[in-house]
Amino acid sequence: MADSDAAGIPRGFGKTEREDAWWIENLPFIIVLGAFAIYTTWRAFEGKFYWTDPYLSPFYSPLIDPEHHWWPFSPAILILGGPLGFRLTCYYYRKAYYRAFLLDPPSCAVGEGRKHYHGETSFPFILQNVHRYFFYIAVIFVAFLWYDAIRAFFFPQGFGVGVGTLVMLLNIVLLSIYTFSCHSLRHLAGGKLDCFSCSTFGPVRHTAWRGITRLNENHMFWAWASMISVGLTDLYIRLVACGAIKDIRLL
Amino acid sequence: MTSKFETHELDVLIIGAGGAGLRAAIEALAQGVRVGVVCKSLLGKAHTVMAEGGLAAAMANVDKADDWRTHFRDTMRGGKFVNNWRMAQLHAQEAPDRVRELEQWGALFDRTENGDILQRAFGGHTYKRLCHVGDRTGLEMIRTLQDRGVAMGFDVYMECTITRLIKDGDRISGAFGYWRESGRFVVFKAKAVVIATGGIGKSWKITSNSWECTGDGMALAYEAGAELMDMEFVQFHPTGMVWPPGVQGLLVTEAVRGEGGILRNKNGERFMEKYDPKRMELSTRDVVARSIYTEVREGRGTPHGGAFLDISHQPAEYVKRKLPSMYHQFKELADVDITKGPMEVGPTCHYMMGGIRVDAETGQSSVPGLFAAGEAAAGLHGANRLGGNSLSDLVVFGRRAGLAAGQYAAKAAHGSVNNAEIDDAERSMLAAFERPQGEDPYQIHRDLQDVMHNLVGIFRNEEDLKRALVELEKLKERAQRMHVDGSRMYNPGWHLSRDLQCMLTVSEACTHAALARKESRGAHSRLDFPKTEDAWGKKNHVIVKKGTAMAVFEVPVRELPDDLKQILAEEK
Amino acid sequence: MAEVTLRIFRGDQKGGQHVDYKVPLVPGMVVLDAVHSVQGHQAPDLAVRWNCKAGKCGSCSAEVNGKPRLMCKTRMDALPTDRPIIVSPMKSFPLIKDLATDVSWNYKVNKMIPPFQPRPGVEWKMDQRDVDRVQEFRKCIECFLCQDVCHVLREHGKMDEFGGPRFFVRSASLEMHPLDGASRTRLLREKLGIGYCNITKCCTEVCPEEIHITDNAIIPLKERVVDQFYDPLTMLVRKIRGASTP
Ligand SMILES: Cc1cc2nc3c(=O)[nH]c(=O)nc-3n(C[C@H](O)[C@H](O)[C@H](O)COP(=O)(O)OP(=O)(O)OC[C@H]3O[C@@H](n4cnc5c(N)ncnc54)[C@H](O)[C@@H]3O)c2cc1C
Ligand code: SF4
Ligand code: SF4
Ligand code: FES
Ligand code: FES
Repeated sequence: MADSDAAGIPRGFGKTEREDAWWIENLPFIIVLGAFAIYTTWRAFEGKFYWTDPYLSPFYSPLIDPEHHWWPFSPAILILGGPLGFRLTCYYYRKAYYRAFLLDPPSCAVGEGRKHYHGETSFPFILQNVHRYFFYIAVIFVAFLWYDAIRAFFFPQGFGVGVGTLVMLLNIVLLSIYTFSCHSLRHLAGGKLDCFSCSTFGPVRHTAWRGITRLNENHMFWAWASMISVGLTDLYIRLVACGAIKDIRLL
Repeated sequence: MTSKFETHELDVLIIGAGGAGLRAAIEALAQGVRVGVVCKSLLGKAHTVMAEGGLAAAMANVDKADDWRTHFRDTMRGGKFVNNWRMAQLHAQEAPDRVRELEQWGALFDRTENGDILQRAFGGHTYKRLCHVGDRTGLEMIRTLQDRGVAMGFDVYMECTITRLIKDGDRISGAFGYWRESGRFVVFKAKAVVIATGGIGKSWKITSNSWECTGDGMALAYEAGAELMDMEFVQFHPTGMVWPPGVQGLLVTEAVRGEGGILRNKNGERFMEKYDPKRMELSTRDVVARSIYTEVREGRGTPHGGAFLDISHQPAEYVKRKLPSMYHQFKELADVDITKGPMEVGPTCHYMMGGIRVDAETGQSSVPGLFAAGEAAAGLHGANRLGGNSLSDLVVFGRRAGLAAGQYAAKAAHGSVNNAEIDDAERSMLAAFERPQGEDPYQIHRDLQDVMHNLVGIFRNEEDLKRALVELEKLKERAQRMHVDGSRMYNPGWHLSRDLQCMLTVSEACTHAALARKESRGAHSRLDFPKTEDAWGKKNHVIVKKGTAMAVFEVPVRELPDDLKQILAEEK
Repeated sequence: MAEVTLRIFRGDQKGGQHVDYKVPLVPGMVVLDAVHSVQGHQAPDLAVRWNCKAGKCGSCSAEVNGKPRLMCKTRMDALPTDRPIIVSPMKSFPLIKDLATDVSWNYKVNKMIPPFQPRPGVEWKMDQRDVDRVQEFRKCIECFLCQDVCHVLREHGKMDEFGGPRFFVRSASLEMHPLDGASRTRLLREKLGIGYCNITKCCTEVCPEEIHITDNAIIPLKERVVDQFYDPLTMLVRKIRGASTP
């Protein structure tokens, strides 16, 4: 029998003795991530409706050469590599897309039926090891987005709060938590130490590490929440920018 | 020399890979001799892995007043003074060093505020003395010893059961056994053998012990002419699970009481006030076990015939941190959240104080070249073991036995291994296959457990014990007619048929010794002789094989030297 | 009394199949109880490993309805008892007989890992803060369920190049030991093949001790490997430091 071994145990793609609907767990990821990817690509190339005073879409921040002096295409393309790389190399997203898209494995204890496997030992996935550099870049983005969020309080007429302001604020809070719950940061902040009590700044770093660890325990949640919020924030600003809806001033 | 069987030539053969066996192996290796360890399970799964509460050593990290003298006194008092005083002394003196050594090999105990090993309170110990790792101390210990031994390079023969010790004249020359996996036979030639095979609980119906605890080492040594001692002292742990049926007997660590757990009967009365108002829940195990048993017998038991043990007055987080496996055990197996409500507990057969009679310093038995340590050896605990004194026993006397065996083997030459004896060992292993039909070993085992549970339990009397001997005789006779199905490959029925022989031997020894001791002392409670008699406190029982029968002797308890008498006399 | 059907794999290297056994259902029963009931009354030669019956020794690993589990911690009332319950041996290891598999490979991998080596001159004091992290790893009961489920071993059979999650946990327990002075990062990269792990977390999902294998052991170790082999900055810093301290 080709699809089972000597002991009558099933082998091959999708083969399992599991009786539950194991394939269901990948569905939300495929749907949401798929939708997000399509929307983002479209929006990145669209190159307009990203700014409506004082709101700047997170897809376009920091805004570079919006007047097309030297860059003929959508300014989003210049910067999206940063956040994209950060998320692509994020330990959580890796798990999710290896499972949902590469089916490596499709689910636990479910057959793959594939011969070759190199994991993260060779190109391209060996590049995942640079994740911490994307983290450094992500911090820069977070700084810009905080700047944008604060600017969103300053309307042409002066200080104020609109629905857009709150949306942007919530978005950057979620993004910050996601960014600062990163595994690489957890390592750099203190995880790399073997002995907190006998290193310089050990106790401080232990506190930092503990704090990040606590956030990190829900890294997956923050990844989802911040991804959805970025998408919705952009959508909101686009709708306002193109005049489909009106931003409501609360204050 | 037989070439019929796979043969391994070693200097020291260690039977058993629990704490005692592994510690012995490490020390024997350090003597520069070739060491092999055999065990019935995989490496790291021996019974020691289940020990929960901790390891007693007077390190005085928490209670500064503690020292070896107090530990010695507690051990002797707990053992009702029939202990081998020299063992109790060595144990109390050396345990702290053995603990430090574990730490130097990588063990990670829970810590005090200032970075030392944390110690907790336990029944019968005057001070906070139990070094622990949450409630999985045994796992930490066995993993540490196992890694140490592997790094030093001992040979491990896993899933291999020894069924006979081989002698050359008077002295040990090797052992015969089978691979559980393939059913093939194997011969070990060795100059010295250390028995560290653990306990005998599997002869009782309700027990905290695993399938391995069938008293093999004691039975093998007995067959080889060694003496067994103190076989009447079987410890029933007061707190085993009583519900659901599948987990009956499963241990609820004494650490629950160490951390402040309270015992109540169905009327909500804290009944230990009646039985031991001073030490309450932290009284010695024999007392607590009998108290619970009495409450149940007098109709004040819980719905499933036990007592309530409650730790829910402690903060939930604390309970989860200090007793994580108890928390999970009850949550997953009994649907009880111990941070919210009480557990139901009752006595369970737990530990064998008796075993092979050995020399205190070296662990050598009466047979030259045969050593024993750990639960399989007798002497340290007397009539009742204190919690935590077993893990420390394993490392203290495991080391001593390994050392002595290594030194002995370094000087001795290999003895010869007699072919006729090996052939006989093989024949007796195969007999059950050759009978076309006969008794089912599983059924005999269940019957044996009933006999021991009903007739040689917590409370004993002459009539029951005599009946037990008659019943055991019948079981032995049935065991002669056992039949097993299937092949020799990984066949648990066949394995049980062999283990059963050992269980029958040790059960008989327990019953004989229990019948002979006409008093109550420690774990041995006779309803017909409820008092503890001074005269009996001067005697131990020794059992040896005479021809084909079991003979019981009285031997005097060794007199204490004056300085130790002095320690015992001090009031604390 | 209610009955349930257990569909247990019976066989050895030469072949085998699942066989149905009917077992009376007892309150609070776990799968191991049911298997023992079969063994004690219907199939005396049914091979199954166990010791503690309390999830402490890691002997009774098997696959129940296709999921790697400890049989002694799998309650029957948590399974659909109207259908046969399928009990199979672990699939990543060579079969011995029935539910027993040959896990000796694991012991070989273990031997490759350098043992604890205290830094010279350490005082034997440790802070609970430092110990906490490592104690999580030391909870491992070597049930090898994580090894069984890990697709690098199970599907891709990389026994020769990959140590498996259990041994990342073990490496982590040594690497992060506050007093240990040895380094195992090269071993992790070259011999234990930590790069093969694509952090898909099945190991964490099955671990009965609830060790956060991926988050707390594998990922931090991967980061340490990055420090040593992939991050030009830390590599440079180390070079400079190494040059200044002879
Ligand atoms: C649930 C539980 C909790 C406990 N908690 C504590 C505690 O907190 N503190 C404490 O001090 N004590 C405790 N104890 C007691 C203590 O764990 C045991 O007494 C001790 O572990 C026995 O160790 P050992 O090395 O003598 O034997 P074991 O650990 O029982 O090992 C016996 C070894 O011998 C091998 N063997 C047996 N027969 C053969 C044979 N025929 N051929 C080859 N190999 C054989 C077995 O395979 C095994 O490897 C506890 C006991 C139990 C059951
Ligand atoms: S996370 Fe890594 S080690 Fe764990 S199962 Fe997945 S591939 Fe294997
Ligand atoms: S890490 Fe968990 S799953 Fe893996 S062997 Fe240890 S206890 Fe089992
Ligand atoms: S691990 Fe997810 S952001 Fe770094
Ligand atoms: S029997 Fe020990 S873990 Fe299941």
